[in-house]
Amino acid sequence: MSRSSSSLFGLGAEFSSASALLGAAEKIHAKGFRKWDVYSPFPIHGMDHAMGFKRSRVSLFSLIGGCIGLATAFSLIYYTSALNYPLITQGKPYFALEPSFPIFFELTILITAFGTILGLLLLTLLPRLHHPVFNWNRFQRATDDGFFLVLEAQDPQFHSDSSRKLLEGIGGTHITEIFQDPEESPHPVRAEVST
Amino acid sequence: MRADNASAQAAFAKAADYLERQPLVSNHRPLSWITQHVCQIVEERAPKWWWILTIVFGGMAALTPAMLTYLVSTGVGVWGLNVPVCWAWDITNFVFWIGIGHAGTLISAILFLTRQKWRTSINRSAEAMTIFAVICAGIFPAFHVGRVWMAWFLAPIPNANAIWQNFRSPLLWDVFAVSTYFTVSLIFWYLGLIPDLASLRDRATTRLRQMVYGLLALGWRGSNRHWTHYEKAYLILAGISTPLVLSVHSVVSFDFATSIVPGWHTTIFPPYFVAGAIFGGFAMVLTLLIPFREIYKLHDLVTDKHIDNMCKIILLTGSLVGYAYSMEFFIAWYSGNPFEIYAFTNRAFGPYWWAYWAMITCNVAAPQLFWFKYCRQNPWVVLAIVMFPNTGMWFERFVIIVTSIHRDFLPSSWGYFSPTWVDITLFIGTIGLFVFLFLLFVRFLPIINMFEVKGITPQADPHDPIHHAEEKHPILASSKEVHA
Repeated sequence: MSRSSSSLFGLGAEFSSASALLGAAEKIHAKGFRKWDVYSPFPIHGMDHAMGFKRSRVSLFSLIGGCIGLATAFSLIYYTSALNYPLITQGKPYFALEPSFPIFFELTILITAFGTILGLLLLTLLPRLHHPVFNWNRFQRATDDGFFLVLEAQDPQFHSDSSRKLLEGIGGTHITEIFQDPEESPHPVRAEVST
Repeated sequence: MRADNASAQAAFAKAADYLERQPLVSNHRPLSWITQHVCQIVEERAPKWWWILTIVFGGMAALTPAMLTYLVSTGVGVWGLNVPVCWAWDITNFVFWIGIGHAGTLISAILFLTRQKWRTSINRSAEAMTIFAVICAGIFPAFHVGRVWMAWFLAPIPNANAIWQNFRSPLLWDVFAVSTYFTVSLIFWYLGLIPDLASLRDRATTRLRQMVYGLLALGWRGSNRHWTHYEKAYLILAGISTPLVLSVHSVVSFDFATSIVPGWHTTIFPPYFVAGAIFGGFAMVLTLLIPFREIYKLHDLVTDKHIDNMCKIILLTGSLVGYAYSMEFFIAWYSGNPFEIYAFTNRAFGPYWWAYWAMITCNVAAPQLFWFKYCRQNPWVVLAIVMFPNTGMWFERFVIIVTSIHRDFLPSSWGYFSPTWVDITLFIGTIGLFVFLFLLFVRFLPIINMFEVKGITPQADPHDPIHHAEEKHPILASSKEVHA
């Protein structure tokens, strides 16, 4: 093989259905693999448990966002209406909770939404322009009807031959080596042009 | 013995048929069928009808900037509003459009939290509708301020007058509510689009498509390490959108309810406005969805069951609105306040009686037809009936706004409002803009939420309860064969 093993990203396997992928994930998790992932066109019920995930931390970002939103609303209204330029309108108090409530509420919601999106992007490390799994020509079905499992070469338990056997053993098909560099795994269309 | 068994199986099949829920995706469509069927709408060459409609509605949409330019360059006098009717078509149109948006958020957020799985095939288009409706809505108050070049005074930015916004005014609450609503709806919509944009990216045949959809999809690859965060983020956004959607129309109703004008000063307004918004919004969802379902043959995804469900929501909210109308009258009478009593008598029997009875006919009477299964099952009948709420909800806002202020406390300051051609043309312009934006959406983005629809198909359930039950109890499988 001419490709260097250091540029190997991992071994990919395809599964026939959501339940097959779920079963495979349970087995890989039981073997103690750490750097691996499954890819599916929709979230599979029970997969988080099968992969041993804890609760997603996105909600923490939402909470922080919500607190910032509420604090912003309070300081904005209090500073402008009661401190910086107190103005009597219709004999109403400069600051009171009742008329402030709608804006407290709206800004809390707004910044919570920002926090949630920011948290999602940080935790998923998105957006990114490329990823080695896209070098696998079968992989485009991950957003259509394909179910994939990829064991990454960086995992301490990863070994080309034994991992291939493992994937075969749990029902994976089309087991393929995925490389870091797109040039090393020839694009199917480009290959046709060059030959 | 065999005959016994066969008759038992037949009886079982009949019972199973009766008890079985109608599937949300008909004809056991495979996952790839869903991708193919939805993506090809975007991928095929634009059909001729699309070009014709887009040019027609694009031309109509152009009336909006044309009328606004005329308004700003000439002066607000070109609108028909004047003392005492200072809020007229512009605010009517604002409340009308913002109300339409509410069904989208209801479908995407409230039906998500209540686990109504049928929402998956309609939420994308309903959310798009929300965004376009809020765009149309925002135009009116922005220009209603009169000197639109000073509209930025609404935002708490230090200005040359050194005076801050009046946070005790419901009009400022409205600025915050509507802008938050638009922003959060847009974020929610885009979040839902990401996995489907990735589908379009992976199917792209041209470099341009691959780049545009690729950038928009943010590098989404369907990884479960992403799905776990994605689902949590989606749940949180649904959770915050639910009180948000209820708050937005409540705040819009505060614009009226916190004043002392008879006919506006009522505590029933917030729930009544929210019910009305959902009512009108669902009518608009059906108006848009039924034709596109026919054109693009989406019957397996947007089934008759979906339409039936939406009709039932229209029936419920229409009846709630009818209850609110009668309760307003009751409270006006019960209050013993002569101004309040007059405001309501004047609504029904005064110079604007035609608007009031148009509202009652369209919003209270017409939806009652949905008690009949025939009316809910036949899409074209549904389309005809929902035109009534579409019209009626506009009349409702007109009745609330104009009839209340055209005759308030002093008879010497009574008046009668008539729209000018600019009022009418601007409203037609926003209808054009709304449909034009929706046509663009249909052409460039997937109108069905593919990944969510895939997620509710039987083959997506990894636990496969039906299959397991059939393995354990073979009679289930065999009775299905007999039935087939």
